[in-house]
Parts: sequence; structure tokens; C-alpha cells
Amino acid sequence: MAASLLALSPALPLHTAGKYVAGAYIVLFALILIYVTIMAIRLSHIQRELGELLEISQRNAAEPSLEHEPAEHDARMAIPVEGHQ
Amino acid sequence: MSGKGLRTLSIATVVVMAGALALVFFYAPLEAEQGFLQKIFYVHVPLAIVTLSGFVIGGLLAIQHLRTGDGRWDMRSYVVIHMSLIFGVGTIITGSIWAKGSWGHWWVWNEPTLVSFLIILLLYATYQPLRFAIEDPERQSRYASVFAITAGAFVPMNFLAVRLSTAYLHPRVLGSTSNLPGSMALTFLVSLAGIALLFATLCTYELTAKRTRAQVRALRRALLGEGTGPRAARGRSAVPALHNPPAAAAGAAIRRGG
Repeated sequence: MAASLLALSPALPLHTAGKYVAGAYIVLFALILIYVTIMAIRLSHIQRELGELLEISQRNAAEPSLEHEPAEHDARMAIPVEGHQ
Repeated sequence: MSGKGLRTLSIATVVVMAGALALVFFYAPLEAEQGFLQKIFYVHVPLAIVTLSGFVIGGLLAIQHLRTGDGRWDMRSYVVIHMSLIFGVGTIITGSIWAKGSWGHWWVWNEPTLVSFLIILLLYATYQPLRFAIEDPERQSRYASVFAITAGAFVPMNFLAVRLSTAYLHPRVLGSTSNLPGSMALTFLVSLAGIALLFATLCTYELTAKRTRAQVRALRRALLGEGTGPRAARGRSAVPALHNPPAAAAGAAIRRGG
């Protein structure tokens, strides 16, 4: 189908100014692509952070006796410290 | 805007831009003097128009911020100016490519339109450092709004001054659609609509991402008990501070075990 569409389309005079026109349009699409990549990275950060927050909230819910303690403090207390028996 | 609105805007952008590309390459006739090279103008001129309009819109949003004191207007102004800068870089690059193809030089310093556009771009390049230099969020947003209004007023004045003073060295092929044949004018208008929609879509994505990020931060503060308010755990940043009481309230509810 693509081949038949290409056959129907008029020939573009790419031999003259083709490289400049292609360059200009590639710049536009490169800018969009870079932006989409940055957005994807940001989205993955937010997703990771939300996962951490969900974990913290679940841990807080599972430990009712420590519900008023900050979660970071809880995490530190849960790690055994060597030499302080 | 989010969900369905953002999706509709994105689909409209893709459809109009695809249509614009089809019109540019398969419908619009070749220009008599410049030939195929003139196709660059269907992307370069809309980029320039949207960039300059974006700077002016940023100023108008800043006026609204100073009138209401609502930080959301500052955020909108910030995002629009930020996006206009990116589009401005695209304008400069595509213009330079056209200049190389047409004049044989990447840049011509005695061409007032080029130089005036560069001056505007450099002026707005100081917007982010200005914001970053001021740590207090309230002062930062106020000063940034004053800058956005002043610079936004400079844009049309600069444009008019260049138009009135030059000997029209810069090609005005698409400066006014009234001189264009119908097929070229249609192609240009569709391209302009496509680039404007792209600008609106990217601004909306950026705003949505920043709001989501602010809500996640507020939730983290509430869950970890790291203090409250926009200044807490923020540090120095050029990004406007957003107040998110609903997220903080939600976090507090989770902390209470609710």
C-alpha cells in the first residue's frame, strides 16, 4: 500500500534544496522528540516516587503502634546496627 | 486540563500537523523564485509567529498574576515563556538553514529581522536565571511577572520598529497571506494552526507534569512529616511554587491511617 501511495505522489525536487528542507523539518521533529524523551524521564521519576510513597503508606498502615512516627525514622530504626547490642 | 481534554488536544495536534505536512509537500505549488527551498517557510514562519505570540501571552498571564496574586497564573506564564524559548531556538535554527540555502551564509548580522529576533531570544534567556537568583518564592514570582510584562511589551514594539525601519531585505513571502495564491495561503494557515496546537499541547503537558510533581512532593511531605508550606524542602528553584492543600490533606489522612 505504501509503495502504491508513493507511486501516486508527485516527485519532489530533492536534488536541489532537498537537504536544507529536510534539515529544517528534521530540526522540528528532533525538538519534539527531545521534549517527549524528557517528559518520559520525568514521568518515570514521578512513577518511582509514587511507588515509594505507596510503600511508605502501606508500611504505616501495617504498623499501627508507630503511626505517629515519621516513616523515615521508622525505616532507620528497622535496620540492625552492628556493635550496639 | 487533563484526561480527555489533553487527549483530544494531542489527537487534534497530530491530525493537523500531519495534514499540514501533506499540504506542504504534495499540494502547495513550488514558489517561482525560491523553488523547493521555500517549503522551509511553512515551518519557520509559524514557529516565529507562535514564539513571539507566546512571549506576549506570557506577559498577559503575568499581568493576571499581579492582579490576582494567584500563583497558578505565574506558573502558566512561566511555562508559556519556557516553551516559547524552545520554539524560538527552533525558529533560529530553521531560519539559519534557509539562509544557508538561499544566501550561502548561516547568519547575516546586517539583517535587522534576524538580529532583532536574536535580541528578543537573548532577553528571554535571562528569565530563568532571574528566577533562579531569587530564593524567596513570593518575590521571585513578583519580579518574574514584572519582567514578563516589560519584555512582553518590548516584543510588538521591536517587531513594529523593524518593520518600519528596514528596506525589506528579509523575504516577506509569507509575511502576509493576502499576497499568496490560495493554495499557498491555505497550506500556510494549516501549518500555523498545527504549530499553534503543538505549542498549546506541549504547554498543557508541561503544566500537568508540574502540577503532578507538586502534588507528589506535597504528599511526600505529608507522609514523611517533613514540614508544610511551599518553602519546605523546596530549596532554590526557578520553577514557581504551587500550593497544594488537597494533596497535603490527603497525605495527612493517610498518616492518620484514614
